[in-house]
Amino acid sequence: MSSSLLAIDLAYWQVTTIKVIIVLSFIPLSALILGYVFLLKMMSHMQSRLGPMEAGPHGVLQLVADGVKFIQKEDIFPDKADRFVFAIAPLVVVLSTFLLFVVVPAGPDIYVESLDTGIFFALAVSSLSVVGILMAGWASANKYSLMGGLRAAGQLIAYELPLVLAVVGVVIQAGTLNLQGIVAAQANGSMFGFDFLGNPFIITQFIGFAIFLIAVQAELTQTPFDMPVAESEIVGGYQVEYTGFRFLFFFIGEFGTAFAFAAIAATLFLGGWWLPGFDLDSNFLNVLGPLVLFAKVMLVAFFIFWFRFTYPRFREDQLQKFAWKFLIPLALLNIAATGILKVAF
Amino acid sequence: MVTAITDRQQLAYIAGQAADARVNVEIETEGMTLNMGPQHPATHGTLRIVAKLDGEQVIEAAPIMGYMHRGYEKLTEVRSYPQVTTLINRIDWLGSFANEVPFILAAEKLMEVEAPPRAQWIRTVLFELSRISNVMLFLGDMGVQLGALTPVFFAFRDREHVLNQIESVTGGRFHPNFDRIGGLKDDLPKGWIEDTKAVMEKVRTFCDEMEDLIMGNEIFEARTRGIGVIPADVALSYGMSGANLRASGVDWDLRRDRPVGLAWDEVDWKVWTHPDGDSFARYWVRLQETREASRIVDQLLDGIPAGPIMAKVPRIIKVPAGEAYVATENPLGQMGYYVVSKGDLVPFRVKIRSASFNNISIVPWVMKGVYVPDVITILASLYFILGDIDR
Repeated sequence: MSSSLLAIDLAYWQVTTIKVIIVLSFIPLSALILGYVFLLKMMSHMQSRLGPMEAGPHGVLQLVADGVKFIQKEDIFPDKADRFVFAIAPLVVVLSTFLLFVVVPAGPDIYVESLDTGIFFALAVSSLSVVGILMAGWASANKYSLMGGLRAAGQLIAYELPLVLAVVGVVIQAGTLNLQGIVAAQANGSMFGFDFLGNPFIITQFIGFAIFLIAVQAELTQTPFDMPVAESEIVGGYQVEYTGFRFLFFFIGEFGTAFAFAAIAATLFLGGWWLPGFDLDSNFLNVLGPLVLFAKVMLVAFFIFWFRFTYPRFREDQLQKFAWKFLIPLALLNIAATGILKVAF
Repeated sequence: MVTAITDRQQLAYIAGQAADARVNVEIETEGMTLNMGPQHPATHGTLRIVAKLDGEQVIEAAPIMGYMHRGYEKLTEVRSYPQVTTLINRIDWLGSFANEVPFILAAEKLMEVEAPPRAQWIRTVLFELSRISNVMLFLGDMGVQLGALTPVFFAFRDREHVLNQIESVTGGRFHPNFDRIGGLKDDLPKGWIEDTKAVMEKVRTFCDEMEDLIMGNEIFEARTRGIGVIPADVALSYGMSGANLRASGVDWDLRRDRPVGLAWDEVDWKVWTHPDGDSFARYWVRLQETREASRIVDQLLDGIPAGPIMAKVPRIIKVPAGEAYVATENPLGQMGYYVVSKGDLVPFRVKIRSASFNNISIVPWVMKGVYVPDVITILASLYFILGDIDR
């Protein structure tokens, strides 16, 4: 499969280039979709905001206006900034998003790369954004930025662990690290004796799903874990010195990552691209699969953003306590229970 | 009195420091000075807080104010008494009508004039409306400072109705300039009483929403319970007043304890206090007070007496020589005007005692040993208006 695309034989480098371009264009697209549907529409309905309703019918042009605004801003470097590191930090953050998208499958034959260590790879590259954020925080030569960067580092490292541990239960149940394999394991399972319904892992791994969602919130530095960018305390944290396009990169990184994590959560817990009633390798799913996955992604993203609009922010120490004293033990318990049940049945 | 204060937070912090120092001599960090403000989203204006930090812990915090000092006390000395109201309702710009009242009352006291009952009742209604519009903003804003964005949009949405009611009487949303020596400028418009009652219903709904959305939230509780505890004796010794004082358990409300020429003692209401003295208590007390204020307005509207709205005062107001101090329970706390007259058209000297200045003087005391996010929580819960500090 890796050397043919739509039945045309291509060289390895040609396929790779096409794949890179597709994923690269998908990152801003996914950010736009989430930004429009949740950040603008859902938010303005939840918060009684009138602003995002003004530009165009029902506010459809608001994101275009925002884009134009970002592009025309001056590209500012702070005086004492480490210019190279400052400039490259947003790219590092987006790079982590890019690598996340690589392993998410959207159909039996629609994927960029089907790695045997898929989920392991995804969790590993997701932590790359920590490096980007630390770089941004340090290079800005600003105390708020530095505090934001350090807070982000502490937080993201703390929440890597529950994120990984939440997935282990799924991996034990599926018996594979490959995301396609995990989808297949859910499709071939049965629920209450009905084979065609499959067995989405959310039914058995609901604790894992909850922990995964919470940890994802923290990885995205979103409310209630948005301490690194806390605008009322440290005025935007590591983002405070970024303007225009460079800020837009952080924004795209955040929303693109939200989409990617929602897709991973949908794949791990909700059955991914598989739709009940279809054969696992039927060609229909190459068309329907992306749509099914998209619907599930939006469902997960709805929860992610719902918390964002409802909750106040944790404090540094409370957040660490929550991760180490509550989430991690709970995740370990979940793993133990899954392991015992797996052996028993 | 002041020496008797047990500086518990400070002692605990010093003890902690000593323990840490013994263990981590080699990894001891350098202190960092963080300037919060003069432009900072959490200071609602040009307040500057210089915080010395050890990591995220505040060792020392000092508020520096005066960036927008406007010299009101001096400006009043070159303005005639009626003109002064145009100035002073800008002191606390969120509860502006309430600023006018104590000055007018002080002038009336010197002139030995009393406003007719109808004027007094309407004054009280407008006073409470400006309290509601002021505190509603706090109820939403506290959420923003803690990271929840939604409440403040609800606050602005519902506050609009209250401001509309103030506007339809006075013609001004922010600066009514409606109070006159001897009464009020105009009477109530037709249908206003029914509209206002409907708005009070909305205010109570808003309070219920805030109770669900903010006070019922575990993270909010974790962020505010036990944060910025101010014991009653400390609060009194720093001259705090208003809801901040009542949240420390001191049952003190000038509306009840020193009623001055207004109609609060005509209706049935309750002073809310909370024993904890922490940030949560300050939020809780203000929420209860907003509900109570809407009840006061409802009752007052039922019983507004008929009659004139102006007493007989000379067209050109000359205030007889003498001095008077009148303080009222404003939205932010005790606000008083000490007016000295030498029998001229203009006051000889006016001393303004506004609530916020005293309320934030506690900052250096209360911020020892807290974390940076708590600085914001405490500032938000103390609820000051910069105009009320820098006059």
